[in-house]
Amino acid sequence: MKKERWIPLAVIAVFLLVWQLGWQFEWVPRYMLPSPVMVVQAFVSDFPLLMTHAGVTMLEAFIGLAAGVLLGFMCAAMMDTFPKVRAGLYPILVLTQTIPPVAIAPLLILWFSYGMTPKIILVVLVAFFPMAVGLMEGFQAADADMIRMMRSMKASRWQIFWYVKFPNALGEFYSGLRIAVAYSIVGAVIAEWLGGFNGLGVYMTRVKKSLAYDKMFAVIFLVSAISLVLMGLVRMLQKKTMPWNYLKDTEEYKRRTRNEEF
Amino acid sequence: MRELLKAEHIAKSYSDKQVLKDISVTLNEGEIVSLLGVSGVGKTTLFNVLSGLVMPDSGTVTLEGEDITGKAGYLSYMLQKDLLLPHKKVIDNVALPLLLSGVRKKEARERASSLFEQFGLSGTEYKYPAQLSGGMRQRAAFLRTYLCGKEVVLLDEPFGALDTITRSSMHEWYLKIMDEIRLSTILITHDIDEAVLLSDRIYIMRGSPALITDEIVITENKPRSPEFVLSEEFLRYKKQIKELLR
Ligand SMILES: Nc1ncnc2c1ncn2[C@@H]1O[C@H](COP(=O)(O)OP(=O)(O)O)[C@@H](O)[C@H]1O
Ligand SMILES: [Mg+2]
Repeated sequence: MKKERWIPLAVIAVFLLVWQLGWQFEWVPRYMLPSPVMVVQAFVSDFPLLMTHAGVTMLEAFIGLAAGVLLGFMCAAMMDTFPKVRAGLYPILVLTQTIPPVAIAPLLILWFSYGMTPKIILVVLVAFFPMAVGLMEGFQAADADMIRMMRSMKASRWQIFWYVKFPNALGEFYSGLRIAVAYSIVGAVIAEWLGGFNGLGVYMTRVKKSLAYDKMFAVIFLVSAISLVLMGLVRMLQKKTMPWNYLKDTEEYKRRTRNEEF
Repeated sequence: MRELLKAEHIAKSYSDKQVLKDISVTLNEGEIVSLLGVSGVGKTTLFNVLSGLVMPDSGTVTLEGEDITGKAGYLSYMLQKDLLLPHKKVIDNVALPLLLSGVRKKEARERASSLFEQFGLSGTEYKYPAQLSGGMRQRAAFLRTYLCGKEVVLLDEPFGALDTITRSSMHEWYLKIMDEIRLSTILITHDIDEAVLLSDRIYIMRGSPALITDEIVITENKPRSPEFVLSEEFLRYKKQIKELLR
C-alpha cells in the first residue's frame, strides 16, 4: 500500500503541469483560466481574508456537526431501544434524505435571516442523517450471541449497550463522521452562498461578482483542503480510539503463539 | 452426593417445530456430566433453558431446590463461541463478570490476573483477543466463565472449534484444572471420545423432538490421565455408546 502513495502524487503533478502548459499556450482564453501559479499568488495575497472567512465557516460547521452528531446518536439509541420508534422514524429519515440540502437552504435563510443560525441548522441537518443511520445499523448488528452471553451474566440493558452495542457501532460511527465532516463544510458553504456576512461561501459570491477567477480557484482548493484535513483528523481519532481495529501484526502474531503454545 | 441442578420434564418448541420433549437431567456436586448428541438435536436449546435465557414451554429448572426456571444469572454459562469482546484487552474480558456486578476495575483486574497463570494465559493480559490463538481464546472464555463464580457451570462445546491437536492438549489441560478447581459442570459435546474421557456421567440425547435416551456412568477414577483413552476400558465405553447411538 505505502509504496503506491507516489502514484496519485505523480498524477497530481502531471495534472498541474498540463494545466500550467495549457495556460502558457492559451488553450483556453487567459481571463477564464488562471495558471496554478496565479492561484497560489491569489491565495497568498488574500490569505488573511481567507483565514477570517474560513474561521467563520469552520465554526458553523463545528457547531452544526457537534449538534448533528449528538442528535444522531440519541436518535439512533432511541431507534435501537424501541422498535416502535424505529418503525415510525426510520422510513421518514430515509425519505427526508431525498430533499437536497441546497433546496432547504433558501428557506432557512428566509426563516432565520443572514446570521450564522441558518448555516448551523443546515449543517445539523446534513450531519444528522449519516450519524443516525450508521449508528443505528451498528447497534442493531451487534452479535446476538454476544448479547445472550451478557444476559447470562445478568448484565443490564445499559451494560449491554455500553459493552457490546456501542463498541460494535464505533466503526460505523467513524465512517458516518467522516461523511458528516465533509458534508458539514460543504453545507455551510452552500448556505453562505445564499446570503450572509462572513464565511468562505460569502467570499466565493463576492469574487464571482468581480470575475476574479484566480481567487475563485484559491477558495475552491481551500474548501477541499479543509475537508481533507478534517477527514484525516477523524481517521487519526479512529486509530487512537480503536487500537484493536489496527492490529496489523495479528496474523504473524497468531502464527508465533500457535507454535509456542502446547 | 448433594444434588445441585435439576431439570424436570423440559419441553420447548420454536414456532411449529418441537425441539425438546420431556427432558430431565440432574447434576450433583463435583460432577462432570456430558450431554452427547448430534448437532442440531437441541443441546444448546437445553442449555439456554437451564441458564434461564429461554423460557421452556413446560417443565422446571431448580438449583438446590430453588425454582430458577426462566431466570438468568444463576449459572456460569460458556456459550458455543468464545465471544470475547474484541475491543477489550484479555484481562478486562476475563474480568467482565466482576465488572458487570459492580466490582471496581482495579480490583477486578487484580482478581482476574491472579488466575492467569493457572489458566495458561500468562503474558496475554494486555493483548487483544484477536492476538490470541484459538486455544488461548477458549481458555480466556473459560476463565471468564469461572469468574462468574456460580456453583454450576455449563460449557457448550468448549473444545468444538479447535483443531485435533490443540483439542487433545486442551483435554489434558482441562483434566488437570478440573482436578484443582472441581467445578460441578455440564458439558455439551458431539465427540464420543471427549465425553468418555472427561465425564463422570453421560446423557445421550437423541431424536426430534429430542429425548434423553440413555445415561452412562463412567467409573474410571479421577484424576484421569490422558492415557485413559488408550485403555481397554475406554474402548468398551466407546463401543457401548456407539451401540446406543445406532
Ligand atoms: N431461536 C430459535 N428459533 C428457531 N429455531 C431454533 C432456535 N434455536 C434453535 N432452533 C432450532 O432448534 C434445533 C436445535 O438447535 P440447537 O439447540 O442449537 O442444537 P445443537 O446445539 O444440539 O446443535 C435446530 O433445529 C434449530 O434450528
Ligand atoms: Mg449447539
